[in-house]
Amino acid sequence: MGILKTFALGGVHPAEQKLSANIPIEELPVPKQVTVPFGQNLGAPSKPLVKRGDTVKTGQLIGEASSFISANVHSPVSGTVLKIDNVVDSSGFRRPAAIINVEGDEWMEEIDRSEELITGFDLTAQEIIDKVKKAGIVGMGGATFPTHVKLMVPPGKKAEYLLINGVECEPYLTSDHRLMLEKGDEILVGTKILMKALGVSKAIIGIENNKPDAINHLTELSKKHDGISVQPLKVKYPQGGEKQLIKAVTGREVPSGKLPIEVGCVVQNVGTVFAVYEAVLKNKPLIERIVTVTGKAVKKPSNFKVRVGTPVKELIDAAEGLPENTGKIISGGPMMGKALLNTDIPVVKGSSGILLMKKEESSRKPESPCIRCSKCTYVCPMGLEPYLLSRYARTKRFEEAEKEKIMDCIECGSCQYTCPANIPLLDYLRLGKAKVGALIRARNAK
Amino acid sequence: MNNIIIISTIALGALGLISAVILYFVANKFKVYEDPKIDEVEEALPSANCGGCGFPGCRAFAEATAKKAKEEHNLEGLFCPVGGNEVMQKVGNILGLEIEAKDPMIAVVRCNGSHANSPQKVKYEGATSCAFAHALYSGEGGCMYGCLGLGDCVDACEFDAIHMNPETGLPVVDDNCTACGACVEACPRDIIELRKRGPKERRIFVSCVNKEKGAPAKKNCAVACIGCGKCEKVCKFDAITITSFLAYIDFEKCTLCRKCVEVCPTTAIWEVNFKPRKPKPAAEQTKKVVSTETKPVELKVNTGTTKENKV
Repeated sequence: MGILKTFALGGVHPAEQKLSANIPIEELPVPKQVTVPFGQNLGAPSKPLVKRGDTVKTGQLIGEASSFISANVHSPVSGTVLKIDNVVDSSGFRRPAAIINVEGDEWMEEIDRSEELITGFDLTAQEIIDKVKKAGIVGMGGATFPTHVKLMVPPGKKAEYLLINGVECEPYLTSDHRLMLEKGDEILVGTKILMKALGVSKAIIGIENNKPDAINHLTELSKKHDGISVQPLKVKYPQGGEKQLIKAVTGREVPSGKLPIEVGCVVQNVGTVFAVYEAVLKNKPLIERIVTVTGKAVKKPSNFKVRVGTPVKELIDAAEGLPENTGKIISGGPMMGKALLNTDIPVVKGSSGILLMKKEESSRKPESPCIRCSKCTYVCPMGLEPYLLSRYARTKRFEEAEKEKIMDCIECGSCQYTCPANIPLLDYLRLGKAKVGALIRARNAK
Repeated sequence: MNNIIIISTIALGALGLISAVILYFVANKFKVYEDPKIDEVEEALPSANCGGCGFPGCRAFAEATAKKAKEEHNLEGLFCPVGGNEVMQKVGNILGLEIEAKDPMIAVVRCNGSHANSPQKVKYEGATSCAFAHALYSGEGGCMYGCLGLGDCVDACEFDAIHMNPETGLPVVDDNCTACGACVEACPRDIIELRKRGPKERRIFVSCVNKEKGAPAKKNCAVACIGCGKCEKVCKFDAITITSFLAYIDFEKCTLCRKCVEVCPTTAIWEVNFKPRKPKPAAEQTKKVVSTETKPVELKVNTGTTKENKV
């Protein structure tokens, strides 16, 4: 195969630990009660449309997008709204959510629930974007950026490539991998739909080389579709980052502070592509997703298809229970995921995995002084100097941090992963980013 | 040989003299007039350069006062919180102005979510920075508004006046506080407020900033303000207002009658440095003792430091 493509700068290679890679997707039964947060996307939370006591059907719109960067929320079950209340969600804060008691499973009439593959479609780009917007689709790799916003190419710019992100560079997670194996045809039709929406003729599916079965499967299937090809990539974290994937596949570099469209690329996750297929051709809003439940001590690592709003504990029970010495429950992967505060927290659109970590592997080691070994600089995929930026953030020198491009940080955590002194580099980088972001907004407001 | 010494001495002397004359005229020509009072005022200031007055350092404050005194003949809005009334009086004397005495202020920590009152539900392992933890999650006790206990206020204090109490996990302000406001600025959750020190250091304030409804607030913290409104009703001086389920006592209107402290069902309202009350009927007293388990400890700490410092 020769030398495999990858991104140029930095990167790390943590142990892959894809424990659930060979386990087929299993559909979980609908729980008795779901909690559907209204803020499941990046940007503004949606505006609740239901109130206490309302009956809802599966797929009914219950939250309306409240601004440009916002997404609709649909009821994942049928039943009665118990209440609209503030509930702790995966963000770590109590935020508005609808708690729905499940009664039966009655779907909205227009949703096509058959498994039959539809390949033909006759829609304009605008119609596709409207359908995606209506279905409340967000980036399902974890960032949850509303997809319809990404599909609207700003005037004066032209998309050239559609990149489909099947990299799944986070250790442990296998939800995208399983989806590619089991829903390959649907993903390719979804890619076609997105190509139409963006007006591009070339789409490349980037897959890391640790998933040879997915690469072979999709390469075989893509022969039926013009303009879609599969690009195997060298295994390196964080290849699933938008900018890293663009660099790896096309060799183009997104300029600092700019969006991928600047170099003619749009990146979509395979999970998002599948959701787009279902939304456009089956009228199904985003109410289900694939979640990997995994961890070294988990008895039955699994890939579940669950309704949004299902409490995490139901998933853990289905994976045969919480192991005794669990130290942390992480939503997402071990590198970028966030620890959950309790097991009642619901699965949301962006939950790609539930990782149960043992106490000994999850606790942080005591911090010691920086010895200027420069390992963090070496692994930073954005070419930043994490030791310097974290020092600036710690000493509140935010103007200098801005000059050193702190806003380019993608928060991948490679620096903190590699730091031999166990310095919480990423924590301080995030703090710095938040403060510098506020500074920039204050300056722009003037 | 002697000649050389004499010539060079005369030459250098003449050169020096000419330069001196030139410099004298140049200095006169380009002289910047500076109010001598600025130096005097600066001398009178505490030289802490803390920025508590809102100016970058004592010199800038001195310049601002001299300018304002000259142009507007008053010093309204200019106050050195560190020096307090004493220093402002001196500044007034220098500038020839009458200065109205201001009430001395102190930083007040409005959270009582100690380990006992708001038990730890999760364990935090991230960076020791309240600003970061605030953006990350609600807090170890679960309260979205409460103290995170990581000590950003302690780091910000230039006067060694605020310290973490390891038992409660909350910061405690002692008498060294100059009300410069650095901790108020540093706290990401706006828990610390500058309040009037009060007569004999007696203060009454709501030790909670939780804006949630009663039930969720109480669920996370035994001593949260639940916004029941009892204190608002009992207050005869309109000093208490309730906005979004949180009581706030206006220290300008409060007369320290302590009625609100008695009616508060969650003991969220604190009285500091008051003499112990006369014993109440037995039934009520037991109720009070049970619900204020940690409160007396806190009070002792506060009173103790005050007395020590005064001696």
